[in-house]
Amino acid sequence: MKTKSIYFLFLFLLVSCGETISPVDSGLQDQILHFGNGSEPQGLDPHIVTGVPEHHLLIAMCEGLTIANPKGGENLPGVAESWEVTPDGKTYTFYLNKNAKWSNGESLTADDFVWSWMRILTPSLGSQYPDMLYYVKGAAEFHQGKTDDFSSVGVKAINDHELRVELKNPTPFFIRLLSHYSTYPVHKETVLAHGSIDDRNGMWTRPGNFVCNGPMNLKSWELNKQIIVEKNPLYWDADNVQLNEIRYYPVSNESTEDRMFRAGQLHVTNVVPLEKCPVYIENNNPDLRIEPYMGTYFYRVNTLHPVLNDKKVRLALAYALNRTQIVDKVSKCGQKAAYSFTPPGSAGYEPDTKIPYDPALARSLLAEAGYKDGVDFPVLEILFNTQEGHRKIALAVQQMWQENLGISVQLVNQDWKVYLAREMTGDFQISRAGWIGDYEDPNTFLDTLRPNRGNNKTGWENDEYDQLLELSNSTNDQDLRYEYLMQAERLLISEMPIIPIYTYVRQYQLSSDVKGWHPNLLDTHHPKFIYLER
Amino acid sequence: MLQVILKRIAIAIPVILVVASLTFFLVRMAPGGPFDAEKVVPPQVMKNLNAVYNLDAPLIIQYRDYMYNLVQGDFGPSFRYPGRSVTEMIFTGLPVTFELAFYAIIVAIIIGSLAGIIAAVKRNTLLDYIPMTIAMIGICMPTFLLGPLLVLYFGIHLEALPVSGWGSLAGDKILPSITLGAAYAAYIARLSRGGMLETLTQDYVRTARAKGLSEYKVIINHALQGGLVPVVSFLGPAVAGLIGGSFVVETIFQIPGLGRFYVEAAFNRDYTMILGTTIFFSTLIIFFNLLSDIAVMYMNPRARSEA
Repeated sequence: MKTKSIYFLFLFLLVSCGETISPVDSGLQDQILHFGNGSEPQGLDPHIVTGVPEHHLLIAMCEGLTIANPKGGENLPGVAESWEVTPDGKTYTFYLNKNAKWSNGESLTADDFVWSWMRILTPSLGSQYPDMLYYVKGAAEFHQGKTDDFSSVGVKAINDHELRVELKNPTPFFIRLLSHYSTYPVHKETVLAHGSIDDRNGMWTRPGNFVCNGPMNLKSWELNKQIIVEKNPLYWDADNVQLNEIRYYPVSNESTEDRMFRAGQLHVTNVVPLEKCPVYIENNNPDLRIEPYMGTYFYRVNTLHPVLNDKKVRLALAYALNRTQIVDKVSKCGQKAAYSFTPPGSAGYEPDTKIPYDPALARSLLAEAGYKDGVDFPVLEILFNTQEGHRKIALAVQQMWQENLGISVQLVNQDWKVYLAREMTGDFQISRAGWIGDYEDPNTFLDTLRPNRGNNKTGWENDEYDQLLELSNSTNDQDLRYEYLMQAERLLISEMPIIPIYTYVRQYQLSSDVKGWHPNLLDTHHPKFIYLER
Repeated sequence: MLQVILKRIAIAIPVILVVASLTFFLVRMAPGGPFDAEKVVPPQVMKNLNAVYNLDAPLIIQYRDYMYNLVQGDFGPSFRYPGRSVTEMIFTGLPVTFELAFYAIIVAIIIGSLAGIIAAVKRNTLLDYIPMTIAMIGICMPTFLLGPLLVLYFGIHLEALPVSGWGSLAGDKILPSITLGAAYAAYIARLSRGGMLETLTQDYVRTARAKGLSEYKVIINHALQGGLVPVVSFLGPAVAGLIGGSFVVETIFQIPGLGRFYVEAAFNRDYTMILGTTIFFSTLIIFFNLLSDIAVMYMNPRARSEA
C-alpha cells in the first residue's frame, strides 16, 4: 500500500505542471512562433557574438541601417528610411527614420551609430567582426591602433537623423553589409551603465537590462532552455509586426529537434538529421524544405606541401572527383555539385568555371607531375572534424582518388578544435572546409583567398588574383566589377588551391502554419514579415 | 563518527586542489584554444582577446592567479559565454540536474529494490529469472538507445508524453527520469537481490522465523535493513554518477542541466568552465561518497564499530 502511494505521489510530482495543447497549436492562436535555434547563443551583444543562432535572435531584437530582403535581392530600409550615394560610390548619406526608437522609448539618432561603430572598432573590446566596417575610411587604421582619433574614421552624424559614411573605395555591396548584426547600433547609456565601452562581460544584455531597437524585445532567457522575445510596441513598424512572441530553443541534437517537430513542439527546425533527409525526400514530406544557400563545401589543399605545391597534382585531384555521384549517393539531401568557389546566383553573379570529372585527364596530369599511375606518390591525408557527414564524403573521395589515380589516401578524423588548430598551423595536406557568405556578394568568398587573409590557410598566394580583387574593389561599375571577379574565379579554379565539392542547401522542416517565410540565399527570415495561419 | 567525518574532509581538500591543478595543466595541453573558429580571428583581435582573459601571461602566472581566485571561491568568467561567470552557469544548471537525478534515483530505488527483494524471496522461480533478465538488459542498454525508444513509443506513437523539455509541458519529466533511472534500477535490483539472499541465511532471520513471525514481517522488519546495505553504499557513487553522467539524457530530452555545460565546455575549450565544473563534480563525488559511508555506518553496527 505504502509503495503504491509513493508511486502515485511520484507520478503526480512529475505531471504537476504545464499545458496540454501542443505548442504549435497554441502558438497558432496566440501568434507565438516556436523556433529550433541550433545551440545556446554565446550572448546577445551584437558587437561581440558570432554565429547563426545569435543572428536569428539579433535580427529580431535589433535593427541596422538596412534589413535583408526576405525574398532575396536588394536590402530594404531599416533604421535608415532612405539613402543617397555620391556618383563615385564613396560617400553615403543615410536619412534615419524619425520614428525609430530604442525599446526604452528614447529616440534613436545618428550619434548612436557613430558611438556604436566606435565601440566595435575599439581594439580592447576584442570584437571578432570589425572587418565588416573596414570598408569605411580610416576604420581599419583605428581598429589596428594606428590612430586613436576616431574623428579620422569616415562616419559622422550630420544631425540627429542624418548619418554620413565615407568609404575607402566604392563598395557596391556596402548596403548589404549594413543588415549584418556587427553594424547594429547599441544603446550607449545602457552599455555604459553596466561597464565600459570595451567591457565584454557587461550585464547589459540580460533580461530587464537589454535595450535595443528591433521588432521584438527580450522577455526572458533561460540558459540552455529557451529565450523568449515579445513584440516591441515602440518599433517604428510595429503595426506590421504580427507575431506576439518567438520562443527560441537551443536544440543542438538533430534527432531531438526532429522528434520535437514531429510532436508539435516546434514550428521550424534548424536542420534535418543527416539520415532522415533522404527518407523525407522519398516520402515527399510536405514540411521538408530544401533551399539554395550561400555556402560552399570544399577541400582545402595545403599548397606549401612539397607534392601539393604542384598545380598539376591539385588539378588531377580535382578532376578525379565525381561530384554528381557525391551529392546523389553520399550527401543525398539536395546539395548541388560545385564547379566554382562562389555559389551560383550570388547577387546575380553566375560563375562560368568548369571542373570536369575526367579520370583519364586526371591520370595524365598526375603522370606529368611525375607520378605515373600514382607510383611514388606519398600517402595523402584528408583531415576532417568529427561528423558523420564529413566522414562519408571523405570515404567517397578516398575511394575515388584511389581508384582513379592509384594513390593511397588516409583519413584523419579530429575533434573540432584540434582540426582547427591543425588547419591554422598548416599541419595538414588536404582538409575538409566550408564557407558561408556573410553578405550576398561574390566578394565574401573570393576575398578569403587573397594573400595574407587569415581564412586563406592554403598557403596559395597569387599576385594576379590579388590585383583582380583590388580592381574589383576600385570600380563602381557593377558589370566591370563582376568581370574582374569572374576572371579571379577562373584563375582560382585553374590553380585549384581549394577543390569545390558541393554548394550547400538549407535543409530544415517548416510547419505549414508559418506564413511570410521565403527562401533566400542567406537564410535570413526577418520576424516582422512572419505570421502564423492555418 | 565525527572524527571520521573530519578526517575525510581534511583529506578531501588536498584531493580537490590536486584535481584543480591537474585539470588546469591538462586542458592547456589540449590543442586548440577557446577563440579558434572556422572563420579565423585576425591576429590583432586574438591578441586583444588573450589580453582580456589574461591568456597572454605566462602559464605559471595564470595558474597562480587561478588558484588564488579559486581559494576565494571565484571560478572566473566563461570564455564561451561573455558576461556569464562559471559560478552563475553552474548554479543555473545544477538545480535541474539535481531534480533529474532525484527523480531518476527514486525510479531506480523503487523499481530496483522491489525487483531485487522479490527475486531474492522467490529465488530460482520465474519471479527471480524475469526481473533479473530485465535487469541485465537494463544494465547493458545505453541511455542513448533507451531514451529515443521511449520517446518514439510514448511521445510520437502514443502521443501520451512530451518528447522533450523540462517543466514546460505536462509530464515532460517522466521519460527522462525513467531513462536515466533505468540502468541504476538494474544495478540496484542485482545488489538488493544479493544483499537479501545473504541476509536471509543469517542466524537472526532464522531466529525470527523460529519465533513464528510471518514471512512478510521477517522480510520487512528483519531482513530488509541488512539486505539493503549494499544498495545504500552504492547510492553515494550512484547519485554522483547520475549528476555527472546526465549529459546524454539532458541532450536527448533537451534539459537545461549542468551535464550539457560540462561536455560542451570541453568541446569549446572553455578553460574556466571546464575547470569549474570538474572541481565542482569532484567535490560532489567526495561529498556523496562520504554521505553514503555515514549512512552505512548508521545502518550497519559492524561498520560503525570499525569506524
